[in-house]
Amino acid sequence: MSALKIKKGTSKHSAYDLKDPNADVLETHTLAVIVENEPGVLARVIGLFSGRGYNIESLTVAEIDHTGHRSRITVVTTGTPQVIEQIKAQLGRIVPVHEVHDLTVEGPSVERELALFKVAGKGDKRVEALRLADIFRANVVDSTLESFVFEITGTPEKIDAFAELMRPLGLVEVARTGVAALARGAL
Amino acid sequence: MSGKKNQMTGAKMVVQALKDQGVEVVFGYPGGAVLPIYDEIFLQNEIRHVLVRHEQGAVHAAEGYARSTGKPGVVLVTSGPGATNAVTGMTDALMDSIPLVVLTGQVPTFMIGNDAFQEADTVGITRPCTKHNWLVRETDNLANTIHEAFHVATSGRPGPVLIDIPKDVQFAGGTYVTPEKRRKSHYAPPTKGNPEAIAALAEAIETAKKPILYTGGGVINSGPEASNLLRQLAAETNFPVTSTLMGLGAYPATGDNWLGMLGMHGLYEANLAMHDCDLMICIGARFDDRITGRLDAFSPGSVKAHIDIDPSSINKVIHVDIPIIGDVGSVLTDLLAVWRDRGSKTSKAGLEKWWRQIRDWKRINCLDYTPDKKAIKPQHALVRLEALTKDMDRYITTEVGQHQMWAAQYLGFNEPNRWMTSGGLGTMGYGFPASVGVQMAHPEALVINVAGEASWLMNMQELGTAMQYNLPVKQFILNNERLGMVRQWQELLHGERYSHSWSESLPDFVKLAEAFGAKGIMVSDPADLDDAIMEMVNYDGPVLFDCLVEKHENCFPMIPSGEPHNKMLLGENASTSDAIGSSGAVMV
Repeated sequence: MSALKIKKGTSKHSAYDLKDPNADVLETHTLAVIVENEPGVLARVIGLFSGRGYNIESLTVAEIDHTGHRSRITVVTTGTPQVIEQIKAQLGRIVPVHEVHDLTVEGPSVERELALFKVAGKGDKRVEALRLADIFRANVVDSTLESFVFEITGTPEKIDAFAELMRPLGLVEVARTGVAALARGAL
Repeated sequence: MSGKKNQMTGAKMVVQALKDQGVEVVFGYPGGAVLPIYDEIFLQNEIRHVLVRHEQGAVHAAEGYARSTGKPGVVLVTSGPGATNAVTGMTDALMDSIPLVVLTGQVPTFMIGNDAFQEADTVGITRPCTKHNWLVRETDNLANTIHEAFHVATSGRPGPVLIDIPKDVQFAGGTYVTPEKRRKSHYAPPTKGNPEAIAALAEAIETAKKPILYTGGGVINSGPEASNLLRQLAAETNFPVTSTLMGLGAYPATGDNWLGMLGMHGLYEANLAMHDCDLMICIGARFDDRITGRLDAFSPGSVKAHIDIDPSSINKVIHVDIPIIGDVGSVLTDLLAVWRDRGSKTSKAGLEKWWRQIRDWKRINCLDYTPDKKAIKPQHALVRLEALTKDMDRYITTEVGQHQMWAAQYLGFNEPNRWMTSGGLGTMGYGFPASVGVQMAHPEALVINVAGEASWLMNMQELGTAMQYNLPVKQFILNNERLGMVRQWQELLHGERYSHSWSESLPDFVKLAEAFGAKGIMVSDPADLDDAIMEMVNYDGPVLFDCLVEKHENCFPMIPSGEPHNKMLLGENASTSDAIGSSGAVMV
């Protein structure tokens, strides 16, 4: 209940600074949103993020229960703690949203992403690319005499690291799925 | 039609579902894509259809109907332009949490996506301005969807919903389901508050020395019982009560604990009490920027409790210490029970000192104005309107601007659902069609739209509707030949450069009224005001009351943008130069 110190003569802060000025720490959270699989539900979720100015780092969506009409949207987002709370509350307000789980705070979770890398090159570079792919447990899913397409799954950090290594070896194109995540344990 | 039970066309289903939902009035406008539904409306007499003159008017009329009755408002419009014209009204209803069910026609399913005549992506356009919307592609799903729509519109935090119905779905046959037999909805927002949080609030009430009840539209949306409970809480605790624009009437303006409205144009005592309080109990309000002013200086020394049915309202803007998610009526019932069980204690000594302080603030008499012998001051017009009509069965709607704030300041509301105004969106053109909707719901009541001449002109076409349905709505226009609030801000913020804020080429309102067959009254002399008001009130039919008022009056008190509550500008002694710093000027 201590009185805030108010600086005299400033009118910088107003109701339009909706973010808590003291909480400028950005956090990254992985949210699992279980939704009714109906037309437009993804647009509602994406529209919420764009309409209210929230970040989307990655987003994956697919049906997970055909008979129950359920889809799972995994969103990785960044924001101040207050914004993250607001995102969860706003998601929960969408009528076809059944559950919102913050996997970052609800306990340990596994996060995986799948990526495809096209790497073109000859000679030593080609050998080196194949050797590194082996170390990263990436599979070759397409090959020509001058190129490979590698398939790799792992955490986003592992995929970032692999991308860094492939860049000087002739990286042509990358496709990433975005993160899919589940809480660890039996429940 | 086959002999199977409950088989009917989609169009008939729409009308049947509306009847089964207890709908009495539909506001709408026909067009190609809703003709089958209009045909069914033609063939029955239970549901009244009000033909508006513009789809925006239909939505605002439905809002007025909903807000004055507590029931959902229903709108029926065609595809394409019918739907896009309804967008402003739906956004308004979303911001102010008004339950609406909007039915739009759509081109046939096989033409969707082909840029057909009068096609628009209605569900796409209205997704951000509805609580939820549906495109119904199969007639068999239609009845269920309509029932679900009423459920969603009225459950939890109310809001507008939209159902887009392609024309072939209206023509095709299908199976009707009654509301009782519909699929169970998973949408069921909790209404009961957390008992621990309620106990914590009861405890805080016992020790607070400078408490305030800060109430909002949620109290009214919760139903009449919530207002009743609020009155009990205020009476038994002797806590002062203030309210947002949306919440006026939940606590009576004649009540002993009433401080008046708070916020940007709120009363001095209300805003000072908010700033200095030690316990703020926010009931069904949302810490809107018109309320808080500068955030880091908002009520710096208080413990804040927040009762709201919408979890996203809590901690959105202001961090609160005691969050309670639930319906206002349910939470207040539990709160009163717990607090009474604990012995109905308050800090009597603290409260006595607090009320002394509040009485000191009240002595400032912040709504004081200097009457003029020659020109009608807008405040004076409202003071006289209040004096002459306050004991009548009266409903007030408003447009948006200075007149709206003056109406909120000078008119008293003693019951909920008597005050209809566009708060969140601030929609000029809201008040006239809203008054039409209110009068439809309350044919015998006195319905007055307090307007400015500029706002009123935005939906003036609805005078035709008022005439057609014999709705004796009174249009009380405070005519200053200016966009008054814009002019006020230009005076305070933009070096008195009055860019496009005057109303040029105004019509002769008396002749305009007569052209529609309504009555026009023009008054400019303060001495004639009372008689003119009574003439308006006693006339059995729509009246355009053209009240020529002082042109340069500013609306005070005022908290300039970017300033805290305790830096209000007051009317008589206000210095308007350098009122707002340059960084405040970027805010609206």
